[in-house]
Amino acid sequence: MQISKLIKASVMALSVITLAACSSTSDDATTSTSSTSQTTQGSGVAGVETGAANRILTPAEERAQEREQQQQRYADLRKENVLYFAFDDASVRAEFAEILAAHADYLMRNPTATLVIEGHTDERGTPEYNIALGERRAKSVVDYMQSLGVNIRQMNMVSYGEEKPVVRQSNERAWSQNRRAVLVY
Amino acid sequence: MKRLILGMALVLCSILSGQANAGLEIVITEGTDSARPIAVVPFKWLGSGTAPYNFTDVVSSDLIRSGRFKPVALGQLPSRPSTDAEIENYTAWARLGVEAVLVGTVAEFAAGRYEVSYQLIDPLRGQITGGLSEYIQDEGLVSEQDHILDGRTSVVLESQFRQYAHRISDVVYEALTGERGAFLTRIAYVFVEPDARLPYQLMVSDYDGENARVLLRSPEPLMSPSWSPDGSKLAYVSFENQTAEIFIQDIYTTEREKLTSFPRINGSPAWSPDGTKMAMVLSKDGAPNIYVMDLASRNLKQVTDHWRIDTEPKWTPDGKSLVFTSERGGLPQVYRVDLDSARIRRTTFNGNSNLGGVVTPDGKGLVMVNRDGGFYHIARQDFPSGNFQQLTQTTLDESPSVAPNGSMIIYSTMHNNQQVLALVSMDGRFQARLPSKAGDVKAPAWSPFL
Repeated sequence: MQISKLIKASVMALSVITLAACSSTSDDATTSTSSTSQTTQGSGVAGVETGAANRILTPAEERAQEREQQQQRYADLRKENVLYFAFDDASVRAEFAEILAAHADYLMRNPTATLVIEGHTDERGTPEYNIALGERRAKSVVDYMQSLGVNIRQMNMVSYGEEKPVVRQSNERAWSQNRRAVLVY
Repeated sequence: MKRLILGMALVLCSILSGQANAGLEIVITEGTDSARPIAVVPFKWLGSGTAPYNFTDVVSSDLIRSGRFKPVALGQLPSRPSTDAEIENYTAWARLGVEAVLVGTVAEFAAGRYEVSYQLIDPLRGQITGGLSEYIQDEGLVSEQDHILDGRTSVVLESQFRQYAHRISDVVYEALTGERGAFLTRIAYVFVEPDARLPYQLMVSDYDGENARVLLRSPEPLMSPSWSPDGSKLAYVSFENQTAEIFIQDIYTTEREKLTSFPRINGSPAWSPDGTKMAMVLSKDGAPNIYVMDLASRNLKQVTDHWRIDTEPKWTPDGKSLVFTSERGGLPQVYRVDLDSARIRRTTFNGNSNLGGVVTPDGKGLVMVNRDGGFYHIARQDFPSGNFQQLTQTTLDESPSVAPNGSMIIYSTMHNNQQVLALVSMDGRFQARLPSKAGDVKAPAWSPFL
């Protein structure tokens, strides 16, 4: 519990820092371009300039940057922790593949982290049947993550069936939001 | 024609609700109203001041709710007798079309204790015999008042008034139907108040929703209450530890113990009719399967072993088999497993699927949730096979539970975007909704006879 809280806090802190970093770099870029244009105009002399600020990256640098971007994207994706399902169906939809890949990546890089996968259903059908259906949804997420290489010991599942809806209404829109799996660290 | 019946039902509804039970909504759906007229005369208070309790209000409500009887409006009564002796003219009562007349008195016996006397009178028989029938037996002429179907006198504590009123209803019901009344029973259910600090509450109330008491409040879901056969304990599922676990709680002492906490699903507990075993659903070994635990030894026996969903075990009254819901044939259907031979047979075939099967106390019927064309309704079929009948027209019906006398089914349904409890008679002709405060009411379980 404590550890997961810590991780949650650090993940959030990290994302805040990276966001802040993003915005500051872009600010610097705009100010620097404006100042260059000012100096160019001011001197009135056309000289040579090396593309130092925008030089070609070495392959190693490129890989590092890609990795960084990937991590950044995964960190963003990990903020998404809800997957939705079709009626009476437990298969993971293609649109959630990247989100699950991001979580799988995190779990593989942090072998001590654990994840609880909650399975939920809409209100149709009996409560006991829905508990079983909710578990089937959680299980298909676990299976998917396992196929990506996550250790099964890092994942626990709990099915709440129809007992914890996010939208307490009886219509198709509410139902589609309630049929879900939630990943909780 | 349908509109006419509906119109009549609405009128009847307003009369009834005005008369006895303002909270209860009554919806008579289709077919003719089979309820039999009965006269419930307000009991006469023999003391000074106002009567301490209105027994006949409770009795009338009970009789209406049974779906079998229809108390006539008080304004239609020819007089207000309090004993058989005060009935001057049986013909006037017979002409009302009532099958029986309930009369009674209430008198102070001692401080806080009251003597309640009542008689149930057959006006037709009274009309024939003039209140005294005579016949020749062995030594000569015998006269008796065989038009008095039942009559009793008891001393009742003030705190027992409501209970005693239900007792009167039981006596009336049994005298007129030959079947034991179930008005002194209870229901357990789960009440969910989404915005409360502890939203999930396990409740026990009288069968009519009165005297509701909280047995447990929890921040996490509570599910599937099931009564012990002696009516003193409940088994249920609690998620208080962020995982499903089965608990047993004594409803009088409120003491509780954890029965199971296997990995993953621990669900759908069902007490065996002899009280020694608990059927349940566990998914510790993979798919949800049915198990039976011996409560004394805690030994577990696996009953079903299938890779698809098996759930919702319920005992047949003889304790020899279980009915359960299984997806083994594709869509969920109700199956039956013989516990000795482990032989499994499918029992339901109507509609898209059938879930939540429960066998009636006489062992001759199966009540279930029938899914057909996207609708979930309560239905009944002969058990193990035979005639099938849809009983309800409400939406998203679930969790049917049968009264111990087999007369009624309580279930949960949607009304104005809220889960509420509703009653339907075993023939589907009578339906009533139990009133509730804001929140969802679900998972009703009708107690055994107490």
